Amino acid sequence: MTLRAMRRFLDNRNVLGLAFMLPAGVLLLLFLTYPLGLGTWLGFTDTKIGRAGQWVGLDNFQYLAGDAVAQLSLFNTLFYTAVASVIKFALGLWLALLLNRNLPFKSFFRAVVLLPFIVPTALSALAFWWMYDAQFSVISWALMKVGLIDRYIDFLGDPWNARFSVIAANIWRGVPFVAICLLAGLQTISPSLYEAAALDGATPWQRFRFVTLPLLTPIIAVVMTFSVLFTFTDFQLIYVITRGGPLNATHLMATLSFQRAISGGSLGEGAALATMMIPFLLAAILFSYFGLQRRAWQQGARD
Amino acid sequence: MSANATTPVKEDIEAQGMSYLDSLPRRVVTVYMPLGVFVFVLLFPFYWMATTALKPNAELLSREGNPFWVVAPTLEHFRHLVFETPYPDWMLNTIIVSVAATFTSLAASVFAAYAIERLRFHGSRQVGLAIFLAYLVPPSILFIPLAAIVFKLGLFDTRWALILTYPTFLIPFCTWLLMGYFRTIPYELEECALIDGATRWQILTKIILPLAVPGLISAGIFAFTLSWNEFVYALTFVSSSEVKTVPVGVVTELVEGDVYHWGALMAGALLGSLPVAILYSFFVEYYVSGMTGAVKE
Repeated sequence: MTLRAMRRFLDNRNVLGLAFMLPAGVLLLLFLTYPLGLGTWLGFTDTKIGRAGQWVGLDNFQYLAGDAVAQLSLFNTLFYTAVASVIKFALGLWLALLLNRNLPFKSFFRAVVLLPFIVPTALSALAFWWMYDAQFSVISWALMKVGLIDRYIDFLGDPWNARFSVIAANIWRGVPFVAICLLAGLQTISPSLYEAAALDGATPWQRFRFVTLPLLTPIIAVVMTFSVLFTFTDFQLIYVITRGGPLNATHLMATLSFQRAISGGSLGEGAALATMMIPFLLAAILFSYFGLQRRAWQQGARD
Repeated sequence: MSANATTPVKEDIEAQGMSYLDSLPRRVVTVYMPLGVFVFVLLFPFYWMATTALKPNAELLSREGNPFWVVAPTLEHFRHLVFETPYPDWMLNTIIVSVAATFTSLAASVFAAYAIERLRFHGSRQVGLAIFLAYLVPPSILFIPLAAIVFKLGLFDTRWALILTYPTFLIPFCTWLLMGYFRTIPYELEECALIDGATRWQILTKIILPLAVPGLISAGIFAFTLSWNEFVYALTFVSSSEVKTVPVGVVTELVEGDVYHWGALMAGALLGSLPVAILYSFFVEYYVSGMTGAVKE
């Protein structure tokens, strides 16, 4: 092969495309696609740490389906995801609308608001753990001073208190993400639409309901898909604040699978638990993505 | 809404963003007060981190006085952290791992994004879709099989375990972002270069990359913070203190026994958050455009 032919061969888009895809492709196939398959396979074996496993069929899944702690973790995950996502959406949209107003120091506010999202979650979770301390909680102290409570709140000792405490921490971390993404969407809406609506006599609520919301729906769909995904698979907040306690009341499927697989050594069981998350994740993605997407089409079609 | 009926002009002006015609008391109640509450709640944990880190132990464990203020600030907790714990090691590890993972991912992503977006090789659309789907795979599902793979490759308890696994979430993100960025660069520039006899490699390094610097910065900043904040992989693939990253080290080694050293814990949390916070403050616009760009595409 002459040098020129070689050069032409290398400039062929398929050859070059393959060569350019190689580094990313190898890393992703080896550390993403392969583990995804391996994880599913491990779920059907009784692998322990340091011991190769045997194929056991659906044993792990059957065991987990009858396991009270696993059932509780499923309930917790669904509850955590549903409550946190709805509140994150409501507060995030509100914050985005506030930031979209004509404000002094607008870019400063926007920068500051995003801080909870960019610092390491494990570290900010430590701050929440300290704020939820049974004896020295600053929240309890403040509420006592105001006179709303007469006893320090046992934030993490009571199952329902603990659930709402970790949900609050998750909302704190997630609202900035939702707000900033929705703000980016709001800024693409042309002011002349509001002008036209106002001229037609639309009230502020009507302008929000019939101008802002329909135009924002596609972005809401994507942002909430991500938000649901992050929340459903959350690990750090729970691991740091409660480690799943009290009495497994805050164990999510992710933290339980870590406990079973890594701390407990039953890789197979943990992998089965992680695999069980996949259908829920797909459902969540399909629901929030296509559900909201179709509403956008309907609104487009109605006009 | 009777007020609106009497003053339709006012509402119209507000819609144009000229809300300064709104009465001040109304703006205070509908905008500034809610915004103030949001900012207070979102920033309070950081304030609490900082004051706790500066308080001497006696002040921390007393219920007397105002906990919101530090009476006698001390750097004792920071001294303890730097000189009596492996904290400096964790910091160094986090920097090494984050920088290495970011650059590896960025390099791989530039080639991948260019190939998908501009070379348009056979099947590039499907590969682009696969990259997006890879972006949606959460680490919580992958860490167990990845632990098995890391162990088999003999990488367990080394920095390489983290440097090689972080790209699994960084590459999809960076590629997706850069694809969007490359799309905004006019195709004509490449055509001119091709006619002038440039090779694909020359086009990439001399035309596309210089034009894509803002996109590269966005992707790089975002990738760096993502790897700095990573927790599950670092918790699972590393067990000895010398190779731990800051988030994992603080959570697993500073929390011991029944007596929590809140001062040192908060000092560790604060120091570990500062680098990303500072980096972020310099590149806010790039960061925001990276985050929203990835969502909007």
